[in-house]
Amino acid sequence: MSDRDHTPERSEAPRRLSFGQSTRRTFLSRLGMAGLLTTAGPAITTLAQRSEKAEQELSAAAKDAIPVTLHVNGKKHDLQIDPRTTLLDCLREHLHLTGSKKGCDHGQCGACTVHINGRRQLSCLSFAALHEGDEITTIEGIGQPEKMHPMQAAFVTCDAYQCGYCTSGQIMSAVALLKEPCGPDDAEVKEFMSGNICRCGAYQNIVAAIQKVRQGAKAG
Amino acid sequence: MKTFQLTRPKDSAQAIAATERTKTAQQGADIRFIAGGTTLIDLMKLNVEQPQNLVDVNRLPLDKIEATPDGGLTIGAVVRNSDLAWHPLVRKNYRVLSEAILSGATVQIRNMATTAGNLLQRTRCMYFRDTAMPCNKREPGSGCGAINGMNRGLAILGTSEHCIATNPSDMNVAMAALEATVHVRGGKGERAIPIADFHVLPGNTPQRETVLEPGDLITHVTLPPPAPGNRSLYLKLRDRASYEFALASAAVVITAANGKIARARIALGGVGTKPWRSTEAEAELTDQPVNDATFRKAADAALRGAKPQSQNAFKVELAKRCLVHALKLATQLA
Repeated sequence: MSDRDHTPERSEAPRRLSFGQSTRRTFLSRLGMAGLLTTAGPAITTLAQRSEKAEQELSAAAKDAIPVTLHVNGKKHDLQIDPRTTLLDCLREHLHLTGSKKGCDHGQCGACTVHINGRRQLSCLSFAALHEGDEITTIEGIGQPEKMHPMQAAFVTCDAYQCGYCTSGQIMSAVALLKEPCGPDDAEVKEFMSGNICRCGAYQNIVAAIQKVRQGAKAG
Repeated sequence: MKTFQLTRPKDSAQAIAATERTKTAQQGADIRFIAGGTTLIDLMKLNVEQPQNLVDVNRLPLDKIEATPDGGLTIGAVVRNSDLAWHPLVRKNYRVLSEAILSGATVQIRNMATTAGNLLQRTRCMYFRDTAMPCNKREPGSGCGAINGMNRGLAILGTSEHCIATNPSDMNVAMAALEATVHVRGGKGERAIPIADFHVLPGNTPQRETVLEPGDLITHVTLPPPAPGNRSLYLKLRDRASYEFALASAAVVITAANGKIARARIALGGVGTKPWRSTEAEAELTDQPVNDATFRKAADAALRGAKPQSQNAFKVELAKRCLVHALKLATQLA
């Protein structure tokens, strides 16, 4: 985390606040930094000192770190991590795959859903160190903006989100559902998707997006 | 979360050796097996469980479902709930088990959770899960916050003055009705434990939930051959249609012919401190005619010992109606 405070992206934030070239993530982080500069200029040194302290704490924790090799989106990663690191935290904080989201962190919301050996699981309810040798796929491995998975495209077409926070988990579940013994009716899709909560209530459109892909697959 | 060491045993013998020196296999164990992690990691994040060592059993060769020579089924300890629920032999011969598993949790969780882990699933009682609250199960002697507290979802059967926590598992209820046997290997050899004896009542020691001792590894569960001509099903009543624990549920395995019940196995969920097999209900059903009156008598017998708390008296009638309706569905009266 402290290393992220030194990324060029952040230090340049006050100079380039143009939304047009930004992803939402960089835009929001710049906005946060800009706010910090205007309201808490004198506190910046404290922040730097604090990040140094965090660095020391990190290296202290690293004494307990264990070697773990993970295969994520077809890439092999050799890591040294604290055994307590959940798979979700490992993906987000160590591999910087921030598409998987932390909602409840207790296996109740589904925002952290990823595929492990082709099956959807909750990355917040598992330790990364339990997944050596497993093939892990995150939303980043499903598709990219320039080459979207049909399910991602259907979510866009059907307007199957509002705030978007649960969306990557919804899509990971929806993609997995295509290979699961889910019946044809909307009611069955809802039951199979019940592990993914949407606080905005985009459920109707999520079901529509999934059915669109399923019908397309049948027609094709 | 407290830090821990992770052990990756190569075989069951190593796994057992790694856990034998834990001071208990029950609440507060300092060494624990970890499989799917869906209960344990949740409780570790809440500091309800603080093991110093975790022994990863996910790679042990305990992941098979196989027919036994007598026509029954062997289910490996780390078989995932999804695989068990959708297995052709389970769909065909043990419908109640498939339905019970699929009524619980979500696809993601069922893809992770294991057979042995589900047997050991911990209560959802909020006093157990919150370390700021008194709970005799989590901290013996600290009292029970649920008695006269928030107890709407808690048990009415098998409770004690020390604990009224519900066993939350759906799978366990079906296993109880199917008379499953839990196979355990420990430092002293192997044991076969009927599921009725596997979970224990809270009594004065609610921190003790099963008969497991340090080093005991559940290796597999066996099911007896299906009773000829039986119909079985699981009916679950809850506040939401999906992804919710039972307020009351019924597992029914029944054989009826010519309007008469030849054999019945009954277990209730959501109402007991352990998966609640009701031999009382079974006795009221056996050799009786298939009709409403018989079913109601069985339901009354099943709930005769019920002790409702301040917020859950409704469960007595709910559980009765649940059982009556399950019996009607199973005998095609409904």
